Amino acid sequence: MRVKRFIPLAAFALLALLLFKGLSIDPTALPAARLGQPFPDFSQPELLTEEVIGASALQPRPALVNVWATWCYSCRVEHPYLLALATQGVPIYGLNYKDESEKARQWLSELGDPYRLNITDRDGTVGLDLGVYGAPETYVLGPDGVILHRHVGVLDEAVFERDIRHFFTVPGRLAQASTQEGGE
Amino acid sequence: MIPEIGHLALIIAFVFAMGLAVIPMWGAVRGNSAALNLAPTLAMGLLVFVAIAFAMLAVSFLKDDFSVAVVAANSNSLLPAIFKFSALWGNHEGSLLLWVLILSGWMAAVSWFSHGLPSVMVARVLSVMGMIAVGFLAFSLLTSNPFERLLPNIPLDGNDLNPLLQDPGLIIHPPLLYMGYVGLSVPFAFAIAALLGGRLDASWARWSRPWTNVAWGFLSLGIMLGSWWAYYELGWGGWWFWDPVENASFMPWLMGTALVHSLAVTEKRGVFRAWTVLLAIFAFSLSLLGTFLVRSGVLTSVHAFASDPERGLFILIFLALVIGGSLLLYAVRAPTVASRINYTAVSRESLLMVNNLVFTVSTIIVLLGTLFPLVMDAFSLGKYSVGPPYFNAVFVPLMALVMPFMAIGPLSRWREDSAARWLHELLVPGAVVVVFALAVPLLFGGRFNVWIALAVLLSGWVAIGVLKDLWRRLGVGSGYGLRWQTLTPSFLGMATAHLGFAAVVMGAVVVTQLNEERDLLMEVGDVEFLGGYRFELTALSRQAGPNYMADQAVFEITQGDKPIATLIPEKRRYFASGQMMTEAAIDGSVWRDLYIALGEPVEEGAWAVRLQFKPMVRWLWLGGALIGFGALLTVADRRYRRQSTVKSAAIAEATGLAG
Repeated sequence: MRVKRFIPLAAFALLALLLFKGLSIDPTALPAARLGQPFPDFSQPELLTEEVIGASALQPRPALVNVWATWCYSCRVEHPYLLALATQGVPIYGLNYKDESEKARQWLSELGDPYRLNITDRDGTVGLDLGVYGAPETYVLGPDGVILHRHVGVLDEAVFERDIRHFFTVPGRLAQASTQEGGE
Repeated sequence: MIPEIGHLALIIAFVFAMGLAVIPMWGAVRGNSAALNLAPTLAMGLLVFVAIAFAMLAVSFLKDDFSVAVVAANSNSLLPAIFKFSALWGNHEGSLLLWVLILSGWMAAVSWFSHGLPSVMVARVLSVMGMIAVGFLAFSLLTSNPFERLLPNIPLDGNDLNPLLQDPGLIIHPPLLYMGYVGLSVPFAFAIAALLGGRLDASWARWSRPWTNVAWGFLSLGIMLGSWWAYYELGWGGWWFWDPVENASFMPWLMGTALVHSLAVTEKRGVFRAWTVLLAIFAFSLSLLGTFLVRSGVLTSVHAFASDPERGLFILIFLALVIGGSLLLYAVRAPTVASRINYTAVSRESLLMVNNLVFTVSTIIVLLGTLFPLVMDAFSLGKYSVGPPYFNAVFVPLMALVMPFMAIGPLSRWREDSAARWLHELLVPGAVVVVFALAVPLLFGGRFNVWIALAVLLSGWVAIGVLKDLWRRLGVGSGYGLRWQTLTPSFLGMATAHLGFAAVVMGAVVVTQLNEERDLLMEVGDVEFLGGYRFELTALSRQAGPNYMADQAVFEITQGDKPIATLIPEKRRYFASGQMMTEAAIDGSVWRDLYIALGEPVEEGAWAVRLQFKPMVRWLWLGGALIGFGALLTVADRRYRRQSTVKSAAIAEATGLAG
């Protein structure tokens, strides 16, 4: 019997410990934990201006943060509704998730741009901090920058009216958000 | 009643598995031949009762018994019958039952085809597999009972099967994949039985080899089908995503590739014995690890089953017992005496060692990439995702590294060879391949592409090695006529699989380099050119399917004046779930695929459309199929059927390795 023969066993023991630890950190539990917490800070270029921005740039609020990508067909479905929301004065920030910036810019110029600004998240790191499953997803950002709600999948009028509208209809909020726009 | 019969059958199967795990093993320790000889009977009983349970679940699905929770969650009365059947394994509980059914099928096969083996060996092998069955049946019964009822509130209709899974490919992909996954339990059980018996000799390797080849062949076919399914069903034309669940099936395959080759050395030359045992343990352990990763929810993936930490803990404990136990056994019992068989650095042994090193390192690379996010998360170092760039950056060079040796391997001699002889054999063919590598890339689009040149060089080199071997075996030009009898199934299988590997590499590189795609907004009458083809959208219509409504677009494709194809991609909306599905339309041929996927209606009469031109993409699956069928072909070899115990004992004695 030689010590060398125990190396595979020792390696497996380490792996088993890791997996045991892994069981208690459910990766899908993160989004729920994010609710009620501030939007994770980041430092990424804006899609069009390429200027580096952080979470503080997401002004005015309340607002929507929409996770999208050109490879995502469902994003095309919700795009017209996002344009409609933007014209209603709802501030929408985009998180361009794991995408090619050139394609993304082309998409916006072809289909219209509902976003006040877009966080370029090429590697998906902001998405990971946020707990994004995939695109499209939409988050509601409260006036204080806290994440109030998360919607997975296509955002349409029915969903907005049912789950999201009330975040924006605190008296004067929506109007206030729109007026702030000039000042930003 | 039917689900209860199924549940009861599953419990009886569990009792059989317990008996199988204990009685023959006890018999082997005590030398009690009555207990030993019970093993095949118990294995058969296990198979019968698991099959009954499986049949009862299948009947529940086919009869739309929505009082059964699994049926209600995964089927629907409008679903076509064939999908009602395949819905059985489109979920955690049912697929686990399929796992156990296939495991007991393998056990029955071992007991049928092992007449030439010593009964104590058969008893140990079946008993080890029985222990695995105990674990999985307990898992099924305790945490994932497929026969659980929804009483008293029986739903009127089911939730429907995920539309992604309503596809012919998904009827056979999971069973094939499981045949491979679970089949690796056979070489594992042989390895454990050999360690227990303290007889790790050439005959052990010869017994394991056909089983390993078959399991690995099925695994290859399963992975190939999964990739093919992702290509045409997910609707974006990708064929490999390095997704954790894909990695879960790919790691056992990589390890199995090493094992298949290492077993060859152990059988023929009696070297690498401890290493081969370790590989057999690793290959099956990675299958189990894959099961854990897919079902515990530790990693996120598009494929993952609904996760549950309780289930995760159960599998983890089981994993610790099986893998930890076998590695401990290995540590204590593996042969420690240095082999007395010699080989030189220039020999077939060394070449196969290169194969083993490369494939083991590849497995570790994939394992690290898969677990890295978990490690970082566990130490609270942040959330990471490891994407294709990492895997491609390390995996591609490794495969490129192994290929130069692949051509020499089959031509090389055991024990001692010479580089001069290799040069003599391969100089002319090698020169031909270099010329091809310089010329062929020019055929694709006129611009010289270095990557394609490299792919032609390496794949051509592998292919030429195979052809040269064929040439030499047949004795072409020797003046004595062709020696057809030298083309044994094991040679033909190896040659087929190696050619398949070369084809996969060609396909992967060419489609990655020369793929063209375009996202467009198209109306009826719009025309687009791609890859030298003219795509015209000629009509839009709406059609009803059995359980969905489909928007269809009709594309006429022409090349010059020649009509090529009419493609009709669909966008389906499934009634039960309201889910939207993209059905891509593909015009496939050996040299290129034209791939059209419908996006969304953007405005009145206009659709978002993705057109793709994918050269040689089919070589991937063609090559994968060749690898799989090649592996399956090897078991037709006559030498695996001449398994007289007298002879194997003689071999063991002759090579001085017994004990």
